[in-house]
Amino acid sequence: MQDRAWVATRKGLFELRRRGASWAIARSSFLGEPVSMLLPPQDGSARLFAALNLGHFGVKLHGSDDAGETWQELAVPTYPPQPEGDPVGGVAWKLVQIWSMAAAGGVLWAGTLPGGLFRSADGGGSWQLVESLWNQPGRARWFGGGYDVPGIHSICVHPQRSDELLVGISCGGAWVSRDGGASWSLSAHGMRAAYMPPDQSGDPNIQDPHLIARCRAAPDVLWCQHHNGIFRSTDNATSWHEITSAPDTSFGFAVAAHPNDPQTAWFAPAIADERRIPVNGALAVHRTRDGGRSFESLRAGLPQHDCYDLVYRHGLAVADDGCTLLMGSTTGNLWASADAGESWSQVAANLPPIAALRFG
Amino acid sequence: MARIVFTQQLRRFTEVPQVDAPAATLRAALEAAFALNPRLRGYVLDDQAHLRANVVAFIDGRRCHDRVRLDDPLRPDSEVHVMQALSGG
Repeated sequence: MQDRAWVATRKGLFELRRRGASWAIARSSFLGEPVSMLLPPQDGSARLFAALNLGHFGVKLHGSDDAGETWQELAVPTYPPQPEGDPVGGVAWKLVQIWSMAAAGGVLWAGTLPGGLFRSADGGGSWQLVESLWNQPGRARWFGGGYDVPGIHSICVHPQRSDELLVGISCGGAWVSRDGGASWSLSAHGMRAAYMPPDQSGDPNIQDPHLIARCRAAPDVLWCQHHNGIFRSTDNATSWHEITSAPDTSFGFAVAAHPNDPQTAWFAPAIADERRIPVNGALAVHRTRDGGRSFESLRAGLPQHDCYDLVYRHGLAVADDGCTLLMGSTTGNLWASADAGESWSQVAANLPPIAALRFG
Repeated sequence: MARIVFTQQLRRFTEVPQVDAPAATLRAALEAAFALNPRLRGYVLDDQAHLRANVVAFIDGRRCHDRVRLDDPLRPDSEVHVMQALSGG
């Protein structure tokens, strides 16, 4: 049972501990500083990572080998010197934010705005830009979604093959490497972009997957909360098909994939697209248990009137048991469920805006 | 010797030495400080060694002209203040 989780917020990193049936804040780190992403200890390492996005002084990465009691500043991914002339896509070679992190096979991965993937083979001591992806000709047509520049928000490493990974890019589709990042193929076929001219809506290179999550026990199954819908792949991202059975709205940012059941996933819906608030001011979690053929709208314990919480793409997480969930909002509310989302209880109501949360 | 002084806001994150250096340009003065604390570089300059968008440098009370080359000339008695710009707050 996972009894610990981490919450990255606009004003610090918070450690959560489960005692009995309830979760509580046990420790805070970096109070006052924006934490954009975290990576709990995994892949055989005890190191916890926190990515900061200091308003004036840039992006920083810190590591802790004692579960957040003490921290040390680590190297930060740095873009190489930008070639002379106009940069590809008009995107400067400057780190804007660490938006995703993953670890597998002794390699640490960091996905960033403005669209670069970095790898570290020494636990964050040094980083290298994955140039094979950065130099893809298709990058010239990527564009920002939610930010002014493109960004990698999803890194899904294959649970049995650590040299195989999929990254999701807003807005640059999904890309897969099966050789540890040496080469890449565009893997967003079947996604649909309603925000593009009709003749370009099927272009896989400009899709806006808000988040992509993989089923750990059935890694060929991937779920995608996309800008204009929900998509699912059952063939390891070779193809995607749209799921249109979600009630009320299929807009949102977050998706959590059940670790063991490839038919089950959770979503945090919101009104598309300009308003980005819960439908009718009532917060819900949408759950499918049949691969997307049908959804349940789960509301018990969640506010059902005058609620304007938005759940960011990394703000919904499921634990290894497949029934413990956490959900955090831009309003600083944090809820927990112990029964796969059937009911929720409030953990905190006054946190800073929540960017990401993860068990571990 | 030109003097370079960093905002105390940076002390939350790293050491901020006050440096007196025989520097002829803003960049040379910054490099003298970075030599004492290499970590300071990433707080003041970005990936391309440009002044960060929300950091500002004043030379003898005047905002620096060039944020890319950082080649504003210094006098032997110049005083440089590296501050956080309110725009980034």
